[in-house]
Parts: sequence; structure tokens; C-alpha cells
Amino acid sequence: MLETPATPATPAITRTIDARGSFCPGPLMELIRAIRESQVGDVLAIWSSDRGSKIDIPRWVEKAGHRLVTLETRDGYDEIVVEKLR
Amino acid sequence: MEEPLNLVLFSGTDDKLNAAAVLAAGAAALGRPVNVFLQYWALEAFRSDRIAADHGLAPEAGVAGRKAVDALRAAGQASWAETLRQAKELGGVDIEACSLSMDLLHLEPGDLDPLVDGVEGVTAFYVAAGGGPIVFI
Repeated sequence: MLETPATPATPAITRTIDARGSFCPGPLMELIRAIRESQVGDVLAIWSSDRGSKIDIPRWVEKAGHRLVTLETRDGYDEIVVEKLR
Repeated sequence: MEEPLNLVLFSGTDDKLNAAAVLAAGAAALGRPVNVFLQYWALEAFRSDRIAADHGLAPEAGVAGRKAVDALRAAGQASWAETLRQAKELGGVDIEACSLSMDLLHLEPGDLDPLVDGVEGVTAFYVAAGGGPIVFI
């Protein structure tokens, strides 16, 4: 019997960018570069140890018209997952 | 069209240039055009033979400030020149040398780092600024 999966909570991550150790605005710069190289629908995860990123990156994502999928604080860094919408 | 960020850079110390580079990168990230006008000691810091050198810090940094800046750099903070390069990659960032300061410092366009797009007078800068606010650093 086939099961119809429910809408996944988190889409599969296409690419992970490890920007830990980079300072503001480095992680955002790396994310923008990666988004430009990606296709619409790609899901990018960025790891940042910069304390500003968890505020700045979601603001940028909203302004740039993409989608914030998740934001999770881990041990010494944040993982921010973004879906490219346009 | 987003309102441009207009920066006049006068000071040539690494802390002020870094603050300016971060402002430029943030604006570029949001798609705002950035016009940078280099005068006096900021222009001197963009000489290709000096851009990677230590340009010192503003007097208020003091000894403790020097240590803090050195520690961040040792931890991997990008230089202001690198941050400006990244901002220029995003597009919309134009860096112009003030022609009066070029004369003052006896500089030719070939003496400047490729980050600098050209040489112009103050009127051309105002025209680019389009009546928007100007930040002087």
C-alpha cells in the first residue's frame, strides 16, 4: 500500500554553506553568492557563528523575496535554511 | 530604484574604512546603489602599494581598541578591502577618487587599487548621490 507523505516539515537541503568563523557581513555575502548560483526552488543552509546573522539574514531573505525555512541555534552557531523563490 | 547610500570617506584608518565597508556591503546586499567618494587619507589608503598595509586606528581606539581589532582580525575577520570587493561583486557599488585629493597626493589613476572605478569631481559625486543623504566618515 502506498502512503501519501504529508507535506515535509523541512524540504531537502540542496547545499550547505559553512560560514562559521566569518564575521558580519561575511555570512550574508556568502549566502547571496550561493543564492545567485542556485536555481529557483533550491534550499540552502548556511551555518554562521556571527551573532548578527540570525537577525540580519531573515530580514534580508524577506526583503529579497525568498523564504526562510528554519532557523536553529546549535552548539556555537546558527543554521539558517532558505528556499530560493525567484 | 532604491535610494542610494552615499559615503564620503575622508579618514584613512583601518577601523573607519572597515565600518564604511560594512555599511557599503549591507546596502549592496539589499540592492541599494552605493556611491563612495574617496578624499584625503581615505584615498591614500586605496593606493595599490599601500592598500594591504596597516593604516592604524582612530585615536579613540587606544591600546585596548588596538588589541580588540587585532584579535578580531586574527580570528579571521575580512579586511575592509576584501569586504568592499565582496560588496562590488554584488553590484551597484561605485568607488570614485576625488580629483582634488588626487592632486593633493600627487596620484595618477594607475596608482590606485582596481577597487577604485575612476576619478571625478565633487559635482559628479553630488549628481550620482541624487539629492539623497551623504554620510561622511
